[in-house]
Amino acid sequence: MFYREAGEFKTSYRADQQTFPIGLDKLGFYTSLLIAFVVIPLTMSEYWAQAVFLPFLIFGIAAIGLNILTGYCGQVSLGSGGFMAVGAYACYKLMTAFPDMNILICVLLSGGVTAFVGLIFGLPSLRIKGFYLAVATLAAQFFLVWLFNKVGWFYNYSASGQITAPERTLFGYVITGAKAETLPIYFVCLGLLVFLAVIARNLTRGAMGRKWMAIRDMDIAAEIIGVNPLMAKLTAFAISSFYVGISGALLFALYLGAVEVGEAFSIQKSFLILFMIIIGGLGSIFGSLVGAAFMIAMPVILKNLLVTSLGWPGDIAAHLEFMIVGLMIIVFLILEPHGLAMLWRIIKEKLRIWPFSH
Amino acid sequence: MPAEFYYGVEVFLNGLMAGVMYSLVALGFVLIFKASGIFNYAQGIMALFAALTLVGFQEGQIPFSHLINAIFGTEVHHFGWHMPAFFAILAALVIMIIFAWLVEKLILQHLVNQEPIILFMATIGLAYFMEGFGDLMWGSNVKKLDIGIPQGGNFWIEESTAFLGGPDFYGFYLDTLDIYATFIAAALVIALVIFSQYTKTGRALRAVADDHQAALSVGISLRAIWVIVWAIAGFVALVAGIMWGAKSGVQFSLSLIALKALPVLMLGGFTSIPGAIIGGLIIGVGEKMFEFLIGAPLLGGATENWFAYMVALVFLVFRPQGLFGEKIIERV
Repeated sequence: MFYREAGEFKTSYRADQQTFPIGLDKLGFYTSLLIAFVVIPLTMSEYWAQAVFLPFLIFGIAAIGLNILTGYCGQVSLGSGGFMAVGAYACYKLMTAFPDMNILICVLLSGGVTAFVGLIFGLPSLRIKGFYLAVATLAAQFFLVWLFNKVGWFYNYSASGQITAPERTLFGYVITGAKAETLPIYFVCLGLLVFLAVIARNLTRGAMGRKWMAIRDMDIAAEIIGVNPLMAKLTAFAISSFYVGISGALLFALYLGAVEVGEAFSIQKSFLILFMIIIGGLGSIFGSLVGAAFMIAMPVILKNLLVTSLGWPGDIAAHLEFMIVGLMIIVFLILEPHGLAMLWRIIKEKLRIWPFSH
Repeated sequence: MPAEFYYGVEVFLNGLMAGVMYSLVALGFVLIFKASGIFNYAQGIMALFAALTLVGFQEGQIPFSHLINAIFGTEVHHFGWHMPAFFAILAALVIMIIFAWLVEKLILQHLVNQEPIILFMATIGLAYFMEGFGDLMWGSNVKKLDIGIPQGGNFWIEESTAFLGGPDFYGFYLDTLDIYATFIAAALVIALVIFSQYTKTGRALRAVADDHQAALSVGISLRAIWVIVWAIAGFVALVAGIMWGAKSGVQFSLSLIALKALPVLMLGGFTSIPGAIIGGLIIGVGEKMFEFLIGAPLLGGATENWFAYMVALVFLVFRPQGLFGEKIIERV
């Protein structure tokens, strides 16, 4: 009785086709927006913002991006770390080459650059499938990281080989560089995440999303019923890389400030994003966000629990953290292979009749 | 003949040796993929864990000593004895078999019939777990692994080939350890082939690789086969761990050899043992020669990280199932 689909009478196609046709879903969406935009900024501490909220927002974008490619179009990619690096370096080059350009435009343009690179690395997907493709995307990961490490032009020949974000402001607030303030960064990341998530949600339930899903479920059959696999796969790669690139640009410019490519965009990052979407739920935008929240928050909470509360040495806690993360992943996969999004669906299903039996 | 040519030959030979080492790791992947369709990302960590266990037994380390010390405030480190290499290897093998059994019992059994990507992710989870577990059990410092295989340049080869070049050429430099590794790998492959061709269990293994359902219906226990396969993969991991560990010390980076083995697999095909060997050799030679001829002089070096992947990627575009993979037939 708490989750009701009944009593929604739509009188126009427009109303019937909206993103959240069920009143309760819409209410939930606006409530979570309210919490994210008002409640959390008012209550969060600097530590939690830096440790959990900002990485969550940034990796949430990357998770949505990867979910478009892997969850909706069925192409497994292990190169997300490399594409994030493309976003970060594109953003750095744009920021230093055009000092007057608005930082938001820089970030969006770097997403565009990443989309182009993703398109190139997506080309083999027309021939290579399954695990072969997954391993092939590792080529992107290793090659791109090597490229950014070796070619001086990308890091403007800086002595350390690092890239450092220059200071930029948005509406008078400093959001990049050493003097950046946390709250404006939070709002920029949150705004971008919400904007991109809404777009992704609408893309995936439109014609394009249906084509992707047809390719995912069986590409030959999809081809026979008239889906162009070239277009479907390449658009998925491009749009996915666009998201991942924006995430990389934000991670570099707004969150980390200075980046060493081998460390910040290693293959571990690719796996991290893949974990987010697997645990959150493949083929679900909501799931990507839940998965991202889970994978970001869990290590922080574990660390607080073990080191701060129990006072264990840092290295043992680090080892235990690895074990627990691994264990959680396995347990999740065994208990609910379709991820947290599926769990949410089951809960809704139950809430529909609870507490009555029919 | 110019000296550069001989250096090229030397690089080629060293590439072959490196390729053998890659093949050793790739072999473990192929075994598990063939028998259960699982792409076992944890193979590299298994090699690391096997090597850690071996060193731990040899040195008589107390497992979890760090944890025990932290909790109980004691100061224990070693039992105070040294195990001979042979017994330590046997003990490590027993541990790997127990590990295989546990993996089947606790993970695979619950994931039967899941999609390959889910199984793959589970092995990544397993890799994370093993990474923490191995470090917690044996400590995360770099360890030296020595089971009596000689190391360093082989003087005999160096001296007997020195006459080939001019006065600046001192003969081919080949690491004795690599030569041993080559022979051990060859022995391992022959043993595996004999096992899978001429024993009852081996036949069952091949049957499972061919068709799970048909194998089940003639009375082969899938679960027993999986335990066996993971145990064999554990054994291969142990051999790889010994070889790599003796070469570069037992430390976390040892587990990254899994990433080296992946392009080998792509090239050779995920389901072919000869493919793993030949793919390994091609990748080993290819990346060493590329680094020598183009990478180091023109591109600033360290091309070994990605060259193998690029070769595999380009190759796969023309032959999507790899060199020896089964032909992909798709039906609607």
